[in-house]
Parts: sequence; structure tokens; C-alpha cells
Amino acid sequence: MTAPTRETLTINMGPQHPSTHGVLRLVLDLEGETVRACTPVMGYLHTGIEKEMETRTYYQNVTLVDRIEYVASYLEEMAFYLSVERLLGVEPPPRARTIRILMCELNRIASHLVYLGAAANDLNISSVFMYCFADREKFLDLSEMVSGQRMMPGYFRAGGVASDLPGEFVPAARAFLEVMARRVDEYERLLSDNLIWRERTEGISVLSREDAIALCATGPVLRGSGVAHDVRKVLPYGGYDEFEFDVPVRAGGDAYGRYLVRLEEMRQSRRIAAQALERLPDGPVLIADRKVALPPRAELARSMEAVIHQFKLVSEGIHPPAGDSYVATESARGEKGYYVVSDGSNRPVRVHVRAPSFYNLQTLPAMVIGHPLADVVVAIASIDIILGDVDR
Amino acid sequence: MAQASILDRLRPHVPWGLTTPREEGGRAVVFVTPGALLEVLEAARVHLGLDSLVDLTAWDRLPASPRFEVVYLLGQAGGADRLTVKVQADGDPPHLPSAVAIYAGAAWPEREVYDMFGVAFDGHPDLRRILMPDEWEGHPLRRDFPLFEEPVEFKGHTPKVPSEIIPFFPPRSSSGSGGETPPVPG
Repeated sequence: MTAPTRETLTINMGPQHPSTHGVLRLVLDLEGETVRACTPVMGYLHTGIEKEMETRTYYQNVTLVDRIEYVASYLEEMAFYLSVERLLGVEPPPRARTIRILMCELNRIASHLVYLGAAANDLNISSVFMYCFADREKFLDLSEMVSGQRMMPGYFRAGGVASDLPGEFVPAARAFLEVMARRVDEYERLLSDNLIWRERTEGISVLSREDAIALCATGPVLRGSGVAHDVRKVLPYGGYDEFEFDVPVRAGGDAYGRYLVRLEEMRQSRRIAAQALERLPDGPVLIADRKVALPPRAELARSMEAVIHQFKLVSEGIHPPAGDSYVATESARGEKGYYVVSDGSNRPVRVHVRAPSFYNLQTLPAMVIGHPLADVVVAIASIDIILGDVDR
Repeated sequence: MAQASILDRLRPHVPWGLTTPREEGGRAVVFVTPGALLEVLEAARVHLGLDSLVDLTAWDRLPASPRFEVVYLLGQAGGADRLTVKVQADGDPPHLPSAVAIYAGAAWPEREVYDMFGVAFDGHPDLRRILMPDEWEGHPLRRDFPLFEEPVEFKGHTPKVPSEIIPFFPPRSSSGSGGETPPVPG
């Protein structure tokens, strides 16, 4: 009989693994149950969106933008259009700005519901998964009301939004926020009082404050490691400075801290959305600059000029002046920004997406090395990656 | 404006002859030569407290020269300070010093820029492709890398490049010049 030897075993986790939340492959060196090295291998979902965007007009590009972080499409469109509007030098009217913030915050709640459900499901708490997705369904209905689409809305436009909110939307959104107030408390009781959840997340996959900053983590991952950094607060964009909300921070840096941060963010998003519904100003939802925004449908029957503008915008698109722009926004996963370079033609020369999931995933080895294999699942879930965002 | 004073605060710490500060649309931007890049990044980190690398990307300036412009966006964890550092590189492959020693988080974005543009970062601990398959040839985000359709097995299909669906209108042609072919070969 041979004596047991200490040797490292290299295994592939993924790309087809239920807890990698997509197609992510991790090459793990194991010593018994302990992870000694972790190399994420991505690109399985790389669709060349940045390259494709160079061949399309700005209007066409929204279709691609929606598909990057596909559970938070409104936030994605917000980031893209803020950057394009910075190039164009236009500002959306007040009503459009409030509608944008309203949709973004509703979307943030839905996105965190996906995180909560998926993270709980990874630890075999599948009832929370079902509840969360049932609640998210209500947001998808709201999205369908305003944009006609449940996902991939394509609702924002350069200089505003595509159409005004339908009459039934405001009461439905109020009802959704009403329900969510209770539901978030319920989820907190379901998970925070759950022994399995507590034991499997408290003190697990710890990311120190120093590592989080050095490895470019943003969003709930950074705030879960004790840094009060929220782009909506430090670099307000799109009108966020007019809203009251708090930035939740946890110093622990563990998976439990990131869960608490996201839970509290859902409450804060609810607060912002309620303020937006309260103050929703009257007025147009799209600017009147006909070189940027389509003329209203009714004008087309009366004005030849409107027909020409419509034709030019549809067949040619907008021409932002030459230059580059980057506007930082706070997506559900961290800082999202579009670096757009224009040469004055109807297509961007370069569009780069600052993808929060890509940068946050970089912290994974720091979280899992030296810890048991089973905690890798917890770490991935707590970073809340969207592979469409990592691979683009 | 807070962003402009960053450039003033940076001034004493870097070889100013090799850098060009500029303010563009409220952003503080510094153009640096490849030789002064690490010195500027180090100074921004140590003296300005810009402790996080927010973003690192590049774009292909074809047909201009130098061809590649690499853009570093530096930020502050918990603060509002931002500084954009731009550096241009030429050559085949173009070479730049790696920023990993200063900003550890530059490891993956530098791999991405290498993968997409072929910019080699000297001193990078693990410069491999990150999104494209390892055996891929070429660097897809270069402007002369053609966008093509994969061949299909049925007949009667004409491959269509997406850029042909809406014609390209060059700069300053908002009145519509009828659509010229893009300057990109392929």
C-alpha cells in the first residue's frame, strides 16, 4: 500500500457549470479541497460588440448596448447615451431625465433581485430564487408598458426617451414599489435568519479594502469592502444630485457584506424611484433639436421639413462632432462608462465599454485562494457577474 | 473646477516637457510620451492620491500616425478626482511599458488591449489573449481587421457586411453626400 501523497490537482470548473452564471471557465489548482491557484478563462460569450458598434449608426447601436449587461439594460442605455450626449452637447429635458432615473432605479431593483435569487439558489435555497424571479416579473411588466419590451428595451434616445410614460404606468410603478418595500424585508428575514445562508456567507470570500481598490473593483463589491464610493454620489450624472439617498457600506468585505449592501441598495433605489414618481415634471420627453431627435409623428403629416429631418435621421443618423467622451455611471454592478470616439461621421470610430463585471471578476482569485473549493461558488455569486458584460 | 486643479497639482511631479495637459469637456487630460508614462502614473498615484485605475483602453487612429492611442482613466476610491492619461504608440507591434507594478488591476485590461489591438506591454507578468481564442490570428479591433460574415452551407446567400446596410457618411457631410465607402480596407 502506497502512502498518500500531497499533490496538486488541476480541474476545470466550467465553462458549462450551473454556478458560473453563464459560460465562465475557472482553472483551479487544488490541494485536497483547498484552492491553491485560480485562473479565470473567459471569452466564451465574446460577441465582438465593440467592433460591431463601429459599423453602425448611434441609433442602431442601442440594440447592441442593451445586450451587454442584459439584466440591467436601462442602466446600460443611460451610460451610452450620456456619453453620446456629452459629444453632441445636448441635455435631455427635465421630464426625460426623471423618467430615465426612474427606469434605471426600477431596473437596479430587478437586477439585484436576479443577484439575490441566483446567489441563494447556488446555496440550495431555491425558494428565494423563485420569489425573486416572480418579483422581477413585475418589473418586466413595467418595462413592457413603457417600451414594449420586457428585456432589451431600446427606450432611451439621444436627448430624451422614445415616448412618454403611458397612463397606467405611474399607478403600476407605485404598486410595485409598495410591494417591494415589504418583499425586501421578507427576503432579509428569509436569508439573514437562515443558518445555512449565514454560515456559508459570513466571513467567506473576503476581499480586503486594499485588494478591492488595487484590483479596480467597483460597485457593491467595493462598497462591501468598506469604501463609500458610489458614482451617483461622488460624480453625479443625469440629475442624481437632486435626489436623496444613502450609500450603504459594509466593512467586512465578505459575501455576507456584499449581500447586505445590495439588499440596502434595493431599499435606496426604491426611495429614489418613489421621489422620481413624486416629482415627475411635466413637459416634453425629447429635445426639439431636429438634427438629433426624431420629429413627433403628428408633425410629419403637416411639415415637409419634419419629413426631411425624419428621413435624414433614419437613413443617415446623427453626426456628433469629432472628439472623445466618457461619462461614469453607477450600474447595478459598478462603474459603467462608454468611451466613445467620434470623427464627425455617422458612426463611432471606437466604442469601449468600461465593464464592471470584467473588472470585478479580476478580484476572484484574491477571494478564493487558500479557501475550500465549495466557497468558489459563493464568491462568484457574490461578485454578481454578468458574462455578457465580462466578454462583450 | 476641481478637475482642472488636478493638472496644477500634478505639474511639480512630472517632467512637464514630455507631457501636454489639456482640459476637454470638463475632463482633465494629460498627453504623455511612452517614456514618461510610468512616471506620470506613479506621480498621479503617489502625489494626487489617484489610487484606482478606473479604465484602460485603446483605439486605432488609422490612417494617422502614431497609430494607437492608449487611454488610462485614473480615479480615487471614495473621491471625485479623475485624470485621463493618453499615450500614443507606433510600430509593429507597438510597445508600451506595463502599468501593473503601479496599478495591479491593470493586468486584465492590458491583456484586453493586447488581444484587441496587439499593443505589447513590456513587463506584464502574463501577457496572453483574454477574450479571443488563443489560436486566433490578428487583432480584431484594429481598423484594418475586416468584419466579415461566416460562410454558410446553403446556396443563394450573398454574404453581407453590416456596414453596407446603412452607408457611411464621412465627417461634415450632414447634408448627405450620398454615401462613400468607409476608409477601412476589407
